[in-house]
Amino acid sequence: MSEAPVVDHPQPGGFPSLSLVPKSGSKQSMKDFKTDQEVRWCPGCGDYAVLAAVQGFMPELGLAKENIVFVSGIGCSSRFPYYMNTYGMHSIHGRAPAIATGLSTSRRDLSVWVVTGDGDALSIGGNHLIHALRRNVNLKILLFNNRIYGLTKGQYSPTSEVGKITKSTPMGSLDAPFNPVSLALGAEASFVARTVDSDRKHLTSVLRAAAEHPGTALVEIYQNCNIFNDGAFDALKDKEKAQEAVIRLEHGQPIRFGAPAEDGLGSKGVVRDAATGELKVVDVAAEGTDGVLVHDAHAASPITAFALSRLADADTLHRTPIGVFRDVERPVYDADMADQLERAVEQRGKGDLGALLAGNDTWTVVG
Amino acid sequence: MTSQVNSAEPQTAEAGTRAAVKETKRLDRVIIRFAGDSGDGMQLTGDRFTSETASFGNDLSTLPNFPAEIRAPAGTLPGVSSFQLHFADHDILTPGDAPNVLVAMNPAALKANLPDLPRGAEIIVNTDEFTKRALAKVGYAANPLEDDSLEAYRLHKVPLTSMTIEALKDTGLARRDAERAKNMFALGLLSWMYHRPTENTEKFLRKKFAKKPEIAEANVTAFRAGWNFGETTEDFAVSYEVAPAAKAFPAGTYRNISGNLALSYGLIAAAHQAELPLYLGSYPITPASDILHELSRHKNFGVRTFQAEDEIAGIGAALGAAFGGALAVTTTSGPGVALKSETIGLAVSLELPLLIVDIQRGGPSTGLPTKTEQADLLQAMYGRNGEAPVPIVAPSTPADCFDAALEAARIALTHRTPVFLLSDGYLANGSEPWRVPETADLPDLRVQFATGPNHTADDGTESFLPYLRDPQTLARPWAVPGTPGLEHRIGGIEKQDGTGNISYDPANHDFMVRTRQAKIDGVRVPDVAVDDPDGDAKVLVIGWGSTYGPITAAVRRLRAAGRSVAQAHLRHLNPFPGNLGEVLARYDRVVVPEMNLGQLATLLRAKYLVDARSHTQVTGLPFKAEQLAAAILEESADV
Repeated sequence: MSEAPVVDHPQPGGFPSLSLVPKSGSKQSMKDFKTDQEVRWCPGCGDYAVLAAVQGFMPELGLAKENIVFVSGIGCSSRFPYYMNTYGMHSIHGRAPAIATGLSTSRRDLSVWVVTGDGDALSIGGNHLIHALRRNVNLKILLFNNRIYGLTKGQYSPTSEVGKITKSTPMGSLDAPFNPVSLALGAEASFVARTVDSDRKHLTSVLRAAAEHPGTALVEIYQNCNIFNDGAFDALKDKEKAQEAVIRLEHGQPIRFGAPAEDGLGSKGVVRDAATGELKVVDVAAEGTDGVLVHDAHAASPITAFALSRLADADTLHRTPIGVFRDVERPVYDADMADQLERAVEQRGKGDLGALLAGNDTWTVVG
Repeated sequence: MTSQVNSAEPQTAEAGTRAAVKETKRLDRVIIRFAGDSGDGMQLTGDRFTSETASFGNDLSTLPNFPAEIRAPAGTLPGVSSFQLHFADHDILTPGDAPNVLVAMNPAALKANLPDLPRGAEIIVNTDEFTKRALAKVGYAANPLEDDSLEAYRLHKVPLTSMTIEALKDTGLARRDAERAKNMFALGLLSWMYHRPTENTEKFLRKKFAKKPEIAEANVTAFRAGWNFGETTEDFAVSYEVAPAAKAFPAGTYRNISGNLALSYGLIAAAHQAELPLYLGSYPITPASDILHELSRHKNFGVRTFQAEDEIAGIGAALGAAFGGALAVTTTSGPGVALKSETIGLAVSLELPLLIVDIQRGGPSTGLPTKTEQADLLQAMYGRNGEAPVPIVAPSTPADCFDAALEAARIALTHRTPVFLLSDGYLANGSEPWRVPETADLPDLRVQFATGPNHTADDGTESFLPYLRDPQTLARPWAVPGTPGLEHRIGGIEKQDGTGNISYDPANHDFMVRTRQAKIDGVRVPDVAVDDPDGDAKVLVIGWGSTYGPITAAVRRLRAAGRSVAQAHLRHLNPFPGNLGEVLARYDRVVVPEMNLGQLATLLRAKYLVDARSHTQVTGLPFKAEQLAAAILEESADV
């Protein structure tokens, strides 16, 4: 039996998670990743910005585009594959991580991306998401979070704030929302990041880090639905407000934000409260910079990453960290599965069908 | 019908191996049932006796019957586990209606199985377990071994537990551990009674307990003690011989095989013949889990098994692997099919090959997890939203699961469609001799992936149309990721014919729905064969799936009684064989026995306007040949 149907000779590249994926023979541009399909999102939708960022980033990977696959579920964001000139599957509601798991684990020569939304990934598909994360399948999951149901026309989602008035909750929603970053960290994710649709530079840098990561990478993208939840992330986008609202996480850098202090970094810093162990925000002018946490995305323990994911005020979105919360190496499911197959052949030799069918306990009838 | 048939002359025992004073009788067939507590090891005992019998060359058929609970409360009726084995010197079709011999390890096993015993049957009871407390637990006011309530039977009272402990007293094993070998004592006794070969059982025990040699030796000792007890005790004056069924089998190499094992091998063979990697996405469920277990042992065949987080992810992963060019399979039982329905619909829409193996069990809902039923036919046929036709293949015997798997794979690969393989609990756990096929004789299932453009526009530009069909099979091209130039997107939204682009066009949807149906209707399946030896039958008995054995045995009985009855059995349920309408029309009466409330009969009536008579049974157990023969007679009395 052949291992994989079509595999050119893979060349190792700069992205360890993609070392088995064949490289493109020619230089690519954003245009190569656009399809002839008319994009059918609402004018002004945040999805356009994400699509442009992804199409713009893909050439940087330098992969043979026939070895790239986008798999999605159902919802506005899940139309994404139709607009990427790669292989793609627009599947059913919530199941994209499961389908992508089958594809990725059977074809290590592919770069497999999942595009999903807050309803798709966290409501109907919540189970598949957490299990993909804990297994650490080599998938890059882009979770478009607009905190609302768009395609079904405006019901609250599992990330909507409590009390949200929507078509299905005229007196306000009762559900406490998920924090996707906290959820992913709790599900043993090896890579978790958050970014914003309107910040193309940051979005691209996060995509790059995700693509480099071997194993499951979850990227939450705050995405504006200008029809049903317009302005949900304005606090993070308005230039003046953003200074107070956004905490940019960078590995190896002190976690500072707010108006610049004398040293040019933010006037506020994230420190650990000695008494409670909780994270808190302090004024560095008053408290000094010694206690300010230096972000360590590679920390073995997810505890600090989790605490960072809880910093934001759910209502105002103030103190929202963006960037890579966690990026650690652990065994990749696809590689381990392939290793077991190789080990089985080493231990027992390549399967012999005739011997298998006959077994050890036969008798012969002579005609 | 079920009594032991004695030959005229007793056989002389083989010199040196058994006491010459004991008489040996020759039988043509025997039905033995081992029954005990769930923890008594009755399935293992039955399996071993079956292996001995298979290697001896008898034809055989088995029926394991056990509760869903792993260890139901000890000594209770719901906790009784049994294993029935029918073996013969000729060709047989079923595990037998009623046992000739019952081995009852406790009062519960006796009470639960006694109603199935014909008068004159032999009962071997473990008297050690017939304590006041154990008797009271199952509602025996008096000890049935001591009153005359078992007068109609040939009762052997054997203190199996204490004799096992006695046999093992020098081993230093704790009493509790020694006691556990009592099933092997019973197996030894039965092996003596029926002249079974013993070397393989000893080998098996030493291998099974390789890590605990003292337990292995204890089991072997108990096994031998049981044998010796048979040889020396006066209670067992006669032993029996059932000659090998030489005439029942065409020449070849044989092994014993259960349905789930045969099905697993069929899947591996199908992947081998297709030259594709096999990918199983599955979630554990009774009675299908053994296929997941078995396939996970054969990674050196390139088999990938993925135990998913749920049934939906199991089929989802399989579908993803199918998109990537694997021979993809998901295995489950009825409740799992319900969960997978949406993904099956997606597979219909994507037109990718995918095998859905449903080992049916009693339903609805959780139903009877360990009991058999064939009530998922209509679920397989219609259980999806929209018009979503799926071919259905059903094996007829445990060994036939191998060929049925290959056939299902052929249809899936040729027509790029999900295919249902409907086995059931009876086939899954039952076993029979199987002629091991030569790999050179297996069908060629190789497929051609799309490698380049398949369409040239008027202006000469070439393109790839993912939904441009093969005119013969109506299959669309299978273009797997990694193929340059064929990048395309597929999905569950209705697609434009040819391009596969999203289309909400009314005429296109009408065309696509009809085309998907036409593709399945056009799947080539062999004509159904009719067995009508007299050529003058007015009654046709037609079934599908695992009822093959009981129906054939019932028809044989009717023929033996001078009735002319035709028989046909369906392997393909969707589409039906091309000649089926003509076959049904030929007979004045069509009788359809099924282990459901008439699902095939409903399909036949709807499609062929035939006044099919349903005979149904949903007891969780297979039909008994004698009862079925009577029912067929009744359904056709006025013809």
